[in-house]
Amino acid sequence: MSGGNFNNTNASARPWFERLDRIDRRWIFLLMFLAVSGPILWIGVTGKTLPEAPTLAARAVFQEIDQLPAHSLVLISFDYDPASAGELQPMATSLVRQCAAKNLRMVFIALWPLGNQVAQQTIQDVIGDDYPALKEGDDFVNMGYQAGNEAVMKLLLTDFAKAFPKDSRGEATSNIPMLKDVKMVSDFPLLISVSAGYPGSKEWVQYVISAYNEKMNFVTGCTGVSAPQLYPYFPQQIAGLLGAIKGAAEYESMVNESLAVDGVATAPKYLQAQRRMGPQLVAHLLMVGLIIVGNVIFFARKRRGAA
Amino acid sequence: MTRQAKTWLVIGAVFVALLVARGMIGQGLGRVYVKRTDVTVTLPDAVVVNSAAGIGSTTDSSTQAVGASSAPPSSSSPATISWQEWKQVTPLEFIAAQKANPAQTEITLSWSRTIGLWLAAFFTLAIFSFLYADNPLYKIAESLVVGVSAAYWGVIGFWDTLVPKMFGALTPGLVKSLVQPSLVAPERLQQISMVFALILGVMMLWRLLPRGGWISAWPLAFIVGVTAGLKIVSHVESDLMAQAAATMKPLVVSVTDASGSTNMWDSWWASVANVLLVTGVICCLAYFFFSVEHKGVVGGAARVGIWYLMITFGASFGFTVMGRIALLAARVEFLFDDWLWLIDPNHFRGL
Repeated sequence: MSGGNFNNTNASARPWFERLDRIDRRWIFLLMFLAVSGPILWIGVTGKTLPEAPTLAARAVFQEIDQLPAHSLVLISFDYDPASAGELQPMATSLVRQCAAKNLRMVFIALWPLGNQVAQQTIQDVIGDDYPALKEGDDFVNMGYQAGNEAVMKLLLTDFAKAFPKDSRGEATSNIPMLKDVKMVSDFPLLISVSAGYPGSKEWVQYVISAYNEKMNFVTGCTGVSAPQLYPYFPQQIAGLLGAIKGAAEYESMVNESLAVDGVATAPKYLQAQRRMGPQLVAHLLMVGLIIVGNVIFFARKRRGAA
Repeated sequence: MTRQAKTWLVIGAVFVALLVARGMIGQGLGRVYVKRTDVTVTLPDAVVVNSAAGIGSTTDSSTQAVGASSAPPSSSSPATISWQEWKQVTPLEFIAAQKANPAQTEITLSWSRTIGLWLAAFFTLAIFSFLYADNPLYKIAESLVVGVSAAYWGVIGFWDTLVPKMFGALTPGLVKSLVQPSLVAPERLQQISMVFALILGVMMLWRLLPRGGWISAWPLAFIVGVTAGLKIVSHVESDLMAQAAATMKPLVVSVTDASGSTNMWDSWWASVANVLLVTGVICCLAYFFFSVEHKGVVGGAARVGIWYLMITFGASFGFTVMGRIALLAARVEFLFDDWLWLIDPNHFRGL
């Protein structure tokens, strides 16, 4: 398939597969746009989403959080920025929602500069709007962004307050009530990372989980690009894994089901990932179709060349 | 006028016409509303009001931050500070407020946020326009992204690394009094290590001078050495030892359910999974083992290894496609929902 060739004067004389092979690539872009926008419009108007069957890795994330006793400490690292929010924000929202509903004490950190802002926005959207009884400093705290990548992780192994000396409000770590018993990262029974790349899930495994695999569990949600690199760590080093928007949709459906109240519809902000599975389905069908067409063209040309 | 220019003109004209038509139908499109909230905070007794300077100072870092970031408090006791907060609200809330009281001013149209929304839509479309052909709008958007990113990283590097870690360690009093009142006092060891870091930093910048560029090789050597040391240990622990241990699995697995009896179906699939895993590792290793010619058993294993690798690449490609489509879906949802108001998945406008 070539681009930008509009001057096919002898196009009708060519065999069908050659005409298809020379189709302008912009038609493919247009098809992809329609494949994505059509389901978005349909789901946006009807509000219907596709059913999800959670896989083992997504179920493990839900169970790891669900099995923690109330008031357990959870360290949640926002290792992404708005560029990846389309893929990761739905799972971050659901993770915070499950933790808040379980009444876990959440400590938010960010190893990406803009992670602090997305963490703050998530706190506002979930805790601020739906769990206003949770008190900052007692039930949750945002420690903000800390520069240093792996160096911050290494520091967390020995001294939490040294890695994060104050929270995002400027309050000294030693003055935050919920952190008075926290000396190092292993004081958190569960570590959650929502990761778009480096530094992120892989580095958490390499620098923290390798050292404290027996003491703490680690669950993560990641982008589609990094998911294949992380699956080998599941389930020994990563207890639960949400791979891209599909993993987010599976997990989101589990959280929604567990927190469903009879007669009350789930808030639309907790259906983001499931809404985005509609465009995924149609766009993937288009991709599969295009790959098949490409192969048919390849074999047709080969056959003609042989004949 | 060239053919391409004519095409752009037609696309632009059709697009603007559709946009104007959309603006005249129903609720219109692309507006952001905000709600004004008046906030008043009474400062705790610990705050010492400096009436001469007009700035509250305190021993408590968080209170000081509030005082410093707000309007100067008066010298009367108890001291209070007030400000206005503007929180984004949905168009539905604006309509309800207007119905209740058409003269209300609590919820209003935010021009700055509305312009921001339209700019976001414009730049999204400008980037998408590259799919048709390279054009000046795309170039503008691309240059802006590069420029803003570079500036942002510069600011982050200065305020989040240099100021708190370097200047904060070397001159804590100055940094605390001038720019970061909440700075936590550094330890003596941290101060000494930052002197060392400063020297290395200066040596690194030496390469910009016409002579003595070799001096920058020393800090580079330090960085390479430290990074290699950190990476080797962590990779051996997490990617070699732990992964090797995770591969040593029984080929026949017996899965028991809650009653203690063996679940044949689950046992079968668990065994198949382990056999596939162990076979895959051995065959992929055989493919990358070049000391023996790939013939016979080794050749067969290497061919199976290729299949495993191809399936892995296919899965990676599938995941990448999924990720990219998710990002595209998010942008299209933004255009249809926030900007064009064609859909209302979040029930913000009561469509």
